Amino acid sequence: MDMDNVTLSRLLIAMTFVFHIIFATIGVGIPVMIAIAEGLGIWKKDNNYLLMARRWARGYTITVAVGVVTGTCLGLQLSLLFPSFMRVAGQAISLPLFMETFAFFFEAIFLGIYLYTWDRFKKRTSHWLFIFPVIIGANLSAFFITTVNAFMNTPQGFTLKNGVIKTIDPIAAMFNPATPAKSMHVIVTAYTASALILGSIAAVQYLRGKRSEYITKSLRLAVTMGLIFGILTGITGDFSAKFLAKHQPEKLAAMEWHFKTERGAPFIFYGTLNKDTEEVKYAIKIPKLLSFLSFSDFNAKVIGLDEFPKDETPPLYIHYLFDVKMTLVGLMLFMAFIYVLCSRLKKEWMHNKWLLVGLSCAGPFAMASIELGWTLAEVGRQPWILRGYMKVAQGATTASGLGSMFWLFLVLYLLLAIFSIVVIRKMFIQNPPEDEMKYRFNNI
Amino acid sequence: MNIQLLGMIVLWTFLYGYIIVASIDFGAGFFAYYGKMTKQDHVINNIIDRYLAPVWEVTNVFFVFFFVGLIGFFPSVAYYLGTALLIPGSIALVLLSIRGSFYAFSNYGSKDNKVYLFLYGATGLLIPAALCTVLTISGGGFITEKNGAVQFLAGKLFSSLYSWSVVIIAIISVLYISATFLTYYANRAKDYGALAILRRYALFWSIPTILASFLVFVGLRDNNVHFYQRIIDKYWWMFALSLVCFIVASLLILFKRNYGTAFIFVMLQYFFAFYGYGASHLPYILDPYITIYSGFTVHTAAVALVIVFILGLVLLIPSLIILMRLFLFNADYIQGKK
Repeated sequence: MDMDNVTLSRLLIAMTFVFHIIFATIGVGIPVMIAIAEGLGIWKKDNNYLLMARRWARGYTITVAVGVVTGTCLGLQLSLLFPSFMRVAGQAISLPLFMETFAFFFEAIFLGIYLYTWDRFKKRTSHWLFIFPVIIGANLSAFFITTVNAFMNTPQGFTLKNGVIKTIDPIAAMFNPATPAKSMHVIVTAYTASALILGSIAAVQYLRGKRSEYITKSLRLAVTMGLIFGILTGITGDFSAKFLAKHQPEKLAAMEWHFKTERGAPFIFYGTLNKDTEEVKYAIKIPKLLSFLSFSDFNAKVIGLDEFPKDETPPLYIHYLFDVKMTLVGLMLFMAFIYVLCSRLKKEWMHNKWLLVGLSCAGPFAMASIELGWTLAEVGRQPWILRGYMKVAQGATTASGLGSMFWLFLVLYLLLAIFSIVVIRKMFIQNPPEDEMKYRFNNI
Repeated sequence: MNIQLLGMIVLWTFLYGYIIVASIDFGAGFFAYYGKMTKQDHVINNIIDRYLAPVWEVTNVFFVFFFVGLIGFFPSVAYYLGTALLIPGSIALVLLSIRGSFYAFSNYGSKDNKVYLFLYGATGLLIPAALCTVLTISGGGFITEKNGAVQFLAGKLFSSLYSWSVVIIAIISVLYISATFLTYYANRAKDYGALAILRRYALFWSIPTILASFLVFVGLRDNNVHFYQRIIDKYWWMFALSLVCFIVASLLILFKRNYGTAFIFVMLQYFFAFYGYGASHLPYILDPYITIYSGFTVHTAAVALVIVFILGLVLLIPSLIILMRLFLFNADYIQGKK
C-alpha cells in the first residue's frame, strides 16, 4: 500500500481494535448473563434457565478464545506500531496494564474451573459461585484497560522533560478525569450489548418457528436485562457528555459542530455541513439542549472549536458517527422497551412478527453502536495520541513493512471471524436446546 | 539487591514459567496432531485433552505478564525491540492467534476436524521458533541504530548459525518437556497405553535435546564472545547442574521409575540453564543499547509495579492451587471419573 507509516499504523491498530472489541464486549457482558440465568435456574428450580447458562457458557468459550488472542495482538501492537509512544507513556500505563493482566489471569483460572465442574458438586450453588470470580475478573480487566485509554485522553500524574518522563504518580495517572465516566460507560454498554445479542439469537429462533419454552424464556430474560442495562447506559452516557464538556471540549464541539463558544448552545442532530462557511443545513436543531446536556443548565456556556488551534481539533465527520450511534441506541432500546411493556400489559403482542424482527436487529445494532462509539471516542482525540503531550505522528513506528503486516492481519481476522461463526453455528445447530433438555435433564 | 535486579528476576521467573507451561501446551498440541495422523489418538488424545482443557487460557497469561512487565520496568525495550521486531513480532502474533483460537475451535467446536487440529498442532512448533529469535536478538548484533533510526538486520539473523541453533533447541525442548510431563500425567491417570507411547517420545527427544544444547554453545561463541566468556568463567556450574538434572531425569524415565520426580528434574534442568543464561546476559537487556540500569523506569512506577505484583500473587496463588487441586492433582479427574 502506498501510504505513510503514521496512516498505516493507525489503520492497523484500528483494525485490531475494531475486531477485538466485538469479543471483548461479549467477554465482559456474557458472564453476567450466565450468572443471572444459572441463579434463576437454581432459585426457581427451572431447568430451562440452567440449560441457558450452560449453552451460553459453551458459546462463550469460543468468543473468549478469539478475545484472548486478539487482545494479545492489541497489547503487543501497542509497542510494535507506536514504540516511541510506549517509551514515553509505557511507564505511566504499565501499572493498569499489569493489573489488567492479573484480573485476566484470575478470570482465566475460574473460567476453566466453571466450565469443567458443572456436575461435580453436590450443591448447585457451589458451582454457581465459581462464575463470580469470572465476572469480577472480566469487569476489573475492562476497568483497568479503560483507565489506560482514559489516561491517553486526559493524561495526568507525571512530569515530562525533553520527551522523558521524570516523575510519575501511577495512581493519579490511573484515576484521571476521564476514568469514572469512561469505565462505567464501557462496562454497562458491554452488559447491554451482550444481553441484546442473546435476545437477538432467541428472537431469530422464534421467527424460524422454534417456540419451545426454552426459547420463549431466554428471549424474555435477555431482552428484559437488555432494557435494564440499557437504561443504565443512558445514565452513564450522560456522565460522558458532562465529562467531555468539562475536560475535552474540543471533542464535544467537533461531535456537535459547535464552532463558537456560546451560552445556551443548541443540540444538533444530523444535517450537512459547509466546511468553508461553517454553516449547518437540514439539521434537527434543539435550542439550548447542548448546554443542558453538558452542564444541566440551559444557559451554560459551551466551549466551541474557535478556542483551539486548527491543527489541534478532531475531524468533523465524527458528528455523523454520533448521529448514527444515537439512532441505533434509540431504536434498540425502543424495541426492548416495547417488548417489556407488552410482556406486562398485552402478552398476545409479545410475539408479534415485526417486534421480533426488531429484536433480532437489536443485538447487531448494539454492537454497531459500540463500534461507532469507540471510533467516535478515538477519532475524537485526533491529532493527539497523548492529549496535549504527543501527537500520533510522533508516536508511530519508523520500521518498514507495515503495508504487508496490514494485509497479514486482515487475512487473520477474516479467517478468525469466518471460523468463529462456522464453529458457533455448528455447535448450536447440531445440538438444539430441545434435544439437549431431554438428554441432560430427562424431562419435557 | 537493587530494584532493577529484582524487577529483572521477577520478569525472568515469569518467562521461565511460560517456557515450562507453554512447552507442555505446545508439545501436547503437536502430539495430539501426530497421534491423530498415526492413528494413536484413541490412546493418547484423551490424556492430552484432560490436561489442556481447563488450563489453556492460563498459559497465555504468563506470556502477556512477561511483556507487559518488561515494558513497565524497562520502557526503552519497547522502543528498540518494538521498532526492530515489527515483522517477526507480527508473525509470532499471527501464529499465537491461530493456535489459541483453533484450539478452542477444535476442542469446543468440532472435535474431529483435522484441519483445526493441524493448525493448532503445527503452529505450536513454529511459535517457539518465532519467540526465541527475540532472545537471540537481545544477545546483540542484530540491531543497529543509524541517525536515530533503529534497524533490524534480518538477513544477518537468518544466516547466523547461532540463531538457527536457538530455534532448533527451542523446538526440541518443547517436545522433550511436553513428553516428560505427559508421561508423568499418563502414569498418574493409570493410562498405561498412553504412558508407553509418551515415554517413548520422552526418551526419543532426550538425545537431540542434549546435542542441540552443545550446538548453541558453539553458535554463541561465534556470535558474542564476551557473553560466551561470562558463561564459561562465572556461570559454568549452572550449566553443569543442568546437565546433571538432565541425566537424572532421563535415567528415571529409562528405568520407568518416579515419573513425577523425573519431571521435576526436567524443570530443574531448564531452570539452571535458563537462569544461567539470564545471569550471564546481565547487565544487558539488549546488548549494547539497554542495560537493566539505563533502561529502567522511574522509581515510583517500579515500586507500584512491585506492590501490585505481590498483591497479584496473593490473589493468584490460592486460585492456582484451587485449579490444580480440582484438575491436575485430582486423581479422579485425571482418570476420567469426574
